[in-house]
Amino acid sequence: MSTAMSYLPLHAGPPVVSGTSADGVFSLLWLVIALPALGAVVLLLGGRRTDRWGHWLGVATVSLSFVLSLVMFFALVGRDSAGRQVHQHLWTWFTAGRYTVDFTLLYDQLSALFLLLITGVGALIHLYSVGYMEHDLRRRRFFGYLNLFVASMLGLVLASDYVGVFLGWEGVGLASYLLIGFWQYKPTAAAAAKKAFVINRVGDIGLSLGSALMFVTFGSTSFAVISANSGKASSGVLTAIGLLLLLAACGKSAQFPLQTWLLDAMEGPTPVSALIHAATMVTAGVYLIVRSNFIFSLTENARTAVVVIGCITLLLGAIIGCAKDDIKKVLAGSTMSQIGYMVLAAGLGPAGYALAIFHLLTHGFFKANMFLGAGSVMHGTNDDVNMRHYGALRKAMPITFVTFALGYLAIIGVPPFAGFWSKDPIIETAFAQNFVVGLCALVGAGVTAFYMTRLMLLTFITDERWEPDVHPHESPRVMTVPLMVLGALSALGGLLILNGWITDWLAPVVGARPEESLAIGALGMSLVTLVVVAIGVAIAWVFVGRRPVPRVAPTEVSVFTRAARAELYGDAFNEEVIVKPGYQGIRGLAVFDRSTIDGTVMGTASALSGISSRFRLAQNGFVRSYALAVLAGAALVLLALLAVNFS
Amino acid sequence: MSVTPFIVLSAILFTIGCVGVLTRRNAIVVFMCVELMLNASNLALVTFSRANGNLDGQVAAFFVMVVAAAEVVVGLAIIMTIFRTRRSASVDDASLLKY
Repeated sequence: MSTAMSYLPLHAGPPVVSGTSADGVFSLLWLVIALPALGAVVLLLGGRRTDRWGHWLGVATVSLSFVLSLVMFFALVGRDSAGRQVHQHLWTWFTAGRYTVDFTLLYDQLSALFLLLITGVGALIHLYSVGYMEHDLRRRRFFGYLNLFVASMLGLVLASDYVGVFLGWEGVGLASYLLIGFWQYKPTAAAAAKKAFVINRVGDIGLSLGSALMFVTFGSTSFAVISANSGKASSGVLTAIGLLLLLAACGKSAQFPLQTWLLDAMEGPTPVSALIHAATMVTAGVYLIVRSNFIFSLTENARTAVVVIGCITLLLGAIIGCAKDDIKKVLAGSTMSQIGYMVLAAGLGPAGYALAIFHLLTHGFFKANMFLGAGSVMHGTNDDVNMRHYGALRKAMPITFVTFALGYLAIIGVPPFAGFWSKDPIIETAFAQNFVVGLCALVGAGVTAFYMTRLMLLTFITDERWEPDVHPHESPRVMTVPLMVLGALSALGGLLILNGWITDWLAPVVGARPEESLAIGALGMSLVTLVVVAIGVAIAWVFVGRRPVPRVAPTEVSVFTRAARAELYGDAFNEEVIVKPGYQGIRGLAVFDRSTIDGTVMGTASALSGISSRFRLAQNGFVRSYALAVLAGAALVLLALLAVNFS
Repeated sequence: MSVTPFIVLSAILFTIGCVGVLTRRNAIVVFMCVELMLNASNLALVTFSRANGNLDGQVAAFFVMVVAAAEVVVGLAIIMTIFRTRRSASVDDASLLKY
């Protein structure tokens, strides 16, 4: 069997989604979503009664979901690979003509990994938030929103139909809006929430139009039908669907050109940033592309677009990360950049799908770790986010420092930490397919090493630059324990690729990974990457670590630094190209409405009232003139009768 | 029997009534002119009824008389009221209900 398989052409068509119905432990699949959803309902509708224990309920529901996911994951591992796609039909959502949307959950190798990431990292973030939000009066509501966020994301990855995905997709968008704007009394937070919501809507158009196009083409929006028939559609239609799904992914995953909301989203509480950047939300776009491999594998053009977007975003995010002084914004830039890697990998086709998911998982670990670490730093320094006011925090916060360092080593790709195992194969595969793409990924790795080293140096090493009234202290245990767990995962996450486990595990969902060979070999490529990373670290050491750091950001800086500080003018571009012409257009329409449309309506009315004000003078109140009018009328009728009868 | 004299008489009476309604100001006179027009039309109805040999016209004339009687009751009452409040029965004075 295995020898026969190896003779099949590599592009024998993407795998078909066809599941067995859920039994045994899998019949509890719905509970994974229902638990956090129930938590959200209780916490948001329960009112003040739930204030005392609400946060623990939030932690408990997600933790239970995690336990369930873990049990089901091991049950799935225990099955042979033919039975690893489980469908649980809950009910028929709606029927319109020959179009039916079932509420069916799909639990397969891909969603199993996502379930573990979302509920696992999500539970740790919930636990951390218990400490982080301790003094916030609205902590219960915060946990309600967090549960809603997790439930929506679980719905997104468990749906077996694009309409179901859309439901989760919108739920995630709503929850992110509520959480980014959680401190809505700050105008900046309210504006950031609105911005995230509006830009996400642009992406949502892609998903809804893509789903509509799939329905028109295949007569259904379920994964099973589309994956079985995608080969029959014309390449133009497939490319259109692919590009629409890419637009959707750009919105949710903050990819160029819809990336600008991500940095503003830092206005939310730090655990929200961790949740958005690691476990939920921004991973949704990558999930969508990988899940739609049966579309993307068949359309080279759309995949090229995906790769280009990934390359642009990974460099854009990395460059922004280099110049920011706000620790959370540096991390946000790095998220953009790392998601860019995932999108790039997903665009490489069957060679990259599994790598994208692998990098997504390890990134989930180390980015959650670093965001929570940044939250811990802020917790200890009176919520200051400016790295120029930190320095030498390693002495005051040893646990945060060590766990953060594990995340740092993972993200820049130092072996044997997780990021090395996931990022290196992406760079190799990129080089194998296209030299320019590979070069982008390689340069991105070097820049990543630079800005992350800068962040580490400014925050934890160099001299103390705190305000005199700031007394940095380590965070409570409820916050450091999640950090330790995530730090350990950042260090050990690379084990997933041991013996190619994760690529083999995902092969039934995304197709077998073709062997790609490089002229210099995988080991040589790793060495080159490591050298580039080392150069990045060295540059950071020379420019940041060895000089005194000014407490106020210097204003006499090069044009590049200024551009990077302005987020490469993404907002300015939107303002000039979209917002202002939009305003002008709307103003023009308003003027047209007032002058032409209102003018026509009002003009008709005033003309009629002018005419009638002349005619009403005939109503003069004199009985005899009315009688004359009656006589004239009667005479007219008489004449008319005569004219008709005697003509 | 010829209908012409009757119809001519009816036309003359109607014209007198008509001119009276249009030219006189006194409400009582206007009123009497209206009655004159009604009776002129009654005469025409009865004449044609007789000439055609059926009773439809005569029945219609009875209806007109009944309506005229009712109208007299209401009309005279209104004229009385107007005269009492204004000390005048001129129809041109009662011209408040206008544009």
